Amino acid sequence: MTVQELPGAGASHRVTPPPAWRPRTEAAPLLPDPEPYRVLGTEAADRLDPELMRRYYAELVRGRRYNAQATALTRQGRLAVYPSTVGQEAAEIAAALVLEEQDWLFPSYRDTLAAVARGLDPVQALTLLRGDWHTGYDPREHRIAPLSTPLATQLPHAVGLAHAARLRGDEVVALAMVGDGGTSEGDFHEALNFAAVWKAPVVFLVQNNGFAISVPLAKQTAAPTLAHKAVGYGMPGRLVDGNDVAAMHEVLTEAVQRARSGGGPTLIEAVTYRMEAHTNADDATRYRSDAEVEAWKAHDPVLLLERELTARGILDDAGIREARDAAEAMAATLRERMNADPVLNPMDLFAHVYAEQTGALREQAELLRAELEAEGEA
Amino acid sequence: MSTVAERAERAVKPATMAQALTRAMRDAMAEDPTVHVMGEDVGTLGGVFRITDGLAKEFGEDRVTDTPLAEAGILGTAVGMAMYGLRPVVEMQFDAFAYPAFEQLISHVAKMRNRTRGAMPLPITIRIPYGGGIGGVEHHCDSSEAYYVATPGLTVVTPATVEDAYGLLRASIASDDPVVFLEPKRLYWSKADWSPQSPAAVPGIGKALVRRTGTSATLITYGPSLPLCLEAAEAAREEGWDLEVVDLRSLVPFDEETVVASVRRTGRAVVVHEAGGFGGPGAEIAARVTERCFHHLEAPVLRVTGFDIPYPPPMLEKHHLPGVDRILDAVARLQWEN
Repeated sequence: MTVQELPGAGASHRVTPPPAWRPRTEAAPLLPDPEPYRVLGTEAADRLDPELMRRYYAELVRGRRYNAQATALTRQGRLAVYPSTVGQEAAEIAAALVLEEQDWLFPSYRDTLAAVARGLDPVQALTLLRGDWHTGYDPREHRIAPLSTPLATQLPHAVGLAHAARLRGDEVVALAMVGDGGTSEGDFHEALNFAAVWKAPVVFLVQNNGFAISVPLAKQTAAPTLAHKAVGYGMPGRLVDGNDVAAMHEVLTEAVQRARSGGGPTLIEAVTYRMEAHTNADDATRYRSDAEVEAWKAHDPVLLLERELTARGILDDAGIREARDAAEAMAATLRERMNADPVLNPMDLFAHVYAEQTGALREQAELLRAELEAEGEA
Repeated sequence: MSTVAERAERAVKPATMAQALTRAMRDAMAEDPTVHVMGEDVGTLGGVFRITDGLAKEFGEDRVTDTPLAEAGILGTAVGMAMYGLRPVVEMQFDAFAYPAFEQLISHVAKMRNRTRGAMPLPITIRIPYGGGIGGVEHHCDSSEAYYVATPGLTVVTPATVEDAYGLLRASIASDDPVVFLEPKRLYWSKADWSPQSPAAVPGIGKALVRRTGTSATLITYGPSLPLCLEAAEAAREEGWDLEVVDLRSLVPFDEETVVASVRRTGRAVVVHEAGGFGGPGAEIAARVTERCFHHLEAPVLRVTGFDIPYPPPMLEKHHLPGVDRILDAVARLQWEN
């Protein structure tokens, strides 16, 4: 049957017009520019703030050194695991630096560096990965949510917290981080939908680093870009070069300001690349070529900034040396502190399950206490 | 001197469990501005069971929020709200509708206190209408308490009376820990003479109550099965059995002392609940009673539960749910002879 033959399909049957309906939001202003936003190496770099960029440079160098040190600690058995962010330092650090003190960061398991850049003690940040407790810090004190291992589940928390803060009249923005794989999870969808409906002051930062462990983006989504997903929720989507720290800073700052001023959430996709394996337990040579990795080396975030700043006379050899020396000092301190064995109290196993221990837990705690005493006597 | 209005307020009147639950939320919200109610349809409609009726009108949309239809999102955003110092009271419309929120419940709600060494407790109350007996179609009648009681970090309570509906819900909202508050939907319209201003003393969460004293055997039950057990106890008198009935009220924490003391007195026990028997709460209770009361027991601890099947269609549910006859048959089997 052709369309013409379908009953009611002919124009003459259309007696009454369809009910008036308009989309609530025009899609066009929400659509991301399909070309990732860049500052370094473009005319936009003329307006760089030298002082801010020197600070970013020092943080990037420190972040790169932190990644190297943490990876070394896994080889020495001091960390159970470390998901490296080598190649992603620009996105990690910009995410931390654009926030004000009262704002909240909601990191994923890979975002230790963002937490450290926000000022968290590196040893406290690594507690989860060392294995002595799940969260090594008080989230309220630092306004950093626990590093979330389940994917995308921290995103609705960010929405709820930002919503609660707004209800209380506080100018708090929540910045939530997730990877490209995490955008396939249901919680990603629910978080973005709630945030847009509630106009919650949230910034969603997707770091598209190419792979969810081994699965490339092409097998993760059929969307033109991850930033395009924003349109379906009624929030703006922004595509940015995640290795360009100046571009990251601009785009994130704009989104944070938009959120703070009541404009609602933004979805940002930072296009970047994970230079190392998913973790030390992963073999990246199974799913990607050396040529691909080599090509990304030329687009290294530290290199991009260093080149731009030295060409403009904002950074000189002394400045580079100073940043590297500071990073070495940080690494030496971290190494030394991580080499000390943490002192653990097994009775803590029962200390934080309920506000008031249940009878069953009291019994089990007694059992463990007796076992520890017997061990002590043996 | 009290005013006429205040005296009227205090007057003992018939009230339903549904009204007591509404009143508990209303009073908690009036006393504490950090209490927020959220869920699908809880605002304008007052909930599909009308348990949140009138709250949006009294407290406004900011505190009684119609959320998008997404259970993980409802509970996940409630986590963030609790992280910022609010006390969300979340409604999951029906028992089986809570399943999409399980990852939030198990990986975050139950563990946040533990993960943060006590720095970040989550005072969230999750209200879930549960159980059958109302002729609901599939996915509307599950008894999912075994999932909740198997998750460390969750408190799990379920009222069986109008008084307890009020008292336990107030206690749950006041708790600094997340509470799964299971509402026996077939008892929503059960009535009792009750006044919110003078509720009988409700012991806090974690206390079981002997609802009927007896000497021949103990029926251990909770929530929707309590009225059934009381009915069975009356019927058993004709057979010469004097049954004691213990209402657990709280599954976690479990009031082992009250249960053990009762069984030691009577020497015989039957656990009764709607949830399936295999791996159900009754299995745990029977094991504990056996461990603690072995030398007092005259017979094995028996269980009368729903069958180990997916919840049946409404026209067959009467065959699945424990009934008075099935309880009396179990009681008869307690005349154990070696």
